[in-house]
Amino acid sequence: MNATNPAGPPRVGAGQPGVPDLSHKVRPGESVIKAALVTAAVLSVAITFGILFALIEPVIQFFRNVPLGDFFALEDNPGAQVGAAVFPWIAATLEVTAIALVVAVPLGLGAAMYLSEYASPRARKVLKPTVELLAGVPSVVYGFFALTFVTPTLLNKILNLEVNFTNLLAAGVVLGVMIIPTIASLAEDALTAVPHALRQGSLAMGANKMQTTLRVVLPAAISGVSAAIVLGMSRAIGETMIVALAAGSQKQLTLNVTEGAQTMTGKIAQTLGGEAAVGSDKYYLLFAIGLTLFFITLAINAISITLVRRFRQAY
Amino acid sequence: MSTATTTAREVTQLGAGRSRDRSTGSLVFLGALWFSLFFGVAVLATLIIDTVISGAPRFDANLFTEYQSTIREESTGFRAGILGSLWLMVTTAIIAVPLGIAAALYLEEFADNNKWYNRLIELNLQNLAAVPSIIYGMLAVAVMALFSVQRTGTVIGGALALALLILPVIIITTREAVRAVPTEIRHGSLALGATVWQTTWRQTLPSAIPGIATGTILGLSRAIGEAAPLLVVGLATVRFDPTGLTSEITALPMQIYSLASESKPELQTAASAAIVILLVMVLGLNALAIIIRNKFTRSW
Repeated sequence: MNATNPAGPPRVGAGQPGVPDLSHKVRPGESVIKAALVTAAVLSVAITFGILFALIEPVIQFFRNVPLGDFFALEDNPGAQVGAAVFPWIAATLEVTAIALVVAVPLGLGAAMYLSEYASPRARKVLKPTVELLAGVPSVVYGFFALTFVTPTLLNKILNLEVNFTNLLAAGVVLGVMIIPTIASLAEDALTAVPHALRQGSLAMGANKMQTTLRVVLPAAISGVSAAIVLGMSRAIGETMIVALAAGSQKQLTLNVTEGAQTMTGKIAQTLGGEAAVGSDKYYLLFAIGLTLFFITLAINAISITLVRRFRQAY
Repeated sequence: MSTATTTAREVTQLGAGRSRDRSTGSLVFLGALWFSLFFGVAVLATLIIDTVISGAPRFDANLFTEYQSTIREESTGFRAGILGSLWLMVTTAIIAVPLGIAAALYLEEFADNNKWYNRLIELNLQNLAAVPSIIYGMLAVAVMALFSVQRTGTVIGGALALALLILPVIIITTREAVRAVPTEIRHGSLALGATVWQTTWRQTLPSAIPGIATGTILGLSRAIGEAAPLLVVGLATVRFDPTGLTSEITALPMQIYSLASESKPELQTAASAAIVILLVMVLGLNALAIIIRNKFTRSW
């Protein structure tokens, strides 16, 4: 959460250089405590390596039995035992994510601009937690909502669309609603951090509030805002329960969003929740998909961190 | 953040009420901003109202006392799931909270930020926070295999996955809370001869407790609603109460997931009622976190 928040007191912790250590007394207890704290911090790095090892070992097993070409393929090799082609899953994931971003980016940015530029302190104090409540709703609840309300009532009856029972559109829209608070909250931090001198300058030149917001504040915060969008995107890519329930379980390469298609996380959830015997190729395939997913989110997150850095250095 | 916020608002108030802010374009823009703010809230309201209405026929004691049943759909219950979720939450908290706070204290109070390894930990935490939750389930499976535990779907397996999942959240929010404690308080304590650890334990940590509590509760409310990692860890629908760390359990989100794809209307109603229970738990925890943040957080 703090990633885009450059404000706050200067970073001078007690252990920082510059604070002279005046105690020369030997304290064995202290070093034990410090060692324990270090261990806890190092554990976070261990988790990352743990993830890598947890995923890589079964993946090696997998590629012993299944050729690389079968995995990185647009469609399943008809002769193969396991339908391993990963691109239909990636395509479905990206389609759902794109729909989610179409919903969440304008709405999230709008909410962020209102909160940072227009809302009174009192209104903000109430509105911001309310928006954040959206992020608190469990994703399985959103998935159920997509299945039982958005598809039959909203898409079918109110908007009169011909959609399948499970479809990419409902999954994407609900996913979009889920990531609105992520984008709104981080974008608001970025907008609020824009120095007020810029707003004063703009207003002094005769611009009104809308022009100031859109042409001065938003461009000035653009790297923080784009980091917020990128983070929202990585949330959407990794989300499981909504797509497992609402996007369907047919593996297919389709651009028609009124049809269902299985995403990467959907495949993992469906197979692990059901059949795949431990040690079979089908089981190992899930780890290959998981590793692909891990690298995709890692790459996206690297972009986000770079953007935040640039944004921090701007002022 | 607070200084930047107030100044931004003071400035924007200069422009308020001027005629050029009442032009059509500006008003449309303001309307769009209002819409985007209330769209999400409207969805939340629709979701809650829709679920409460469709779950209403099932708000009875059976919901809490009966186990899940596909034979007697009209009285199926979520006893195993509710107990399982509570067990999971407590175990998760016991694993994740001390670890998260310890790591955060090290990074804020002891670590030298110019050292490469500390920067690595930092970068790594930012990355961990963005790892999809389903991947944490896979990691928990691997950790269990490492300790050669073959049984799946146990309390400890699920709690491990959830603890790994919320650890970055707890570390990041605790660091923010600790960072917000003014340096003068630490200097005062150090000047009186306290060591760095004594300062941390007796001065910094107590002052940061509201912030830490907020982050911890938010993390736990996320854990209680998660289903994806639990699915991977192998939680299935069981029909008995958890008795210990190694007993097999189910959780409320898992029961909802398994009911969601059922087509019988009675089971759909039961799923809606279970969602209301889950929402009360999750949104209740969220509200508690917000209350703590608004009430106890000091601005120095």
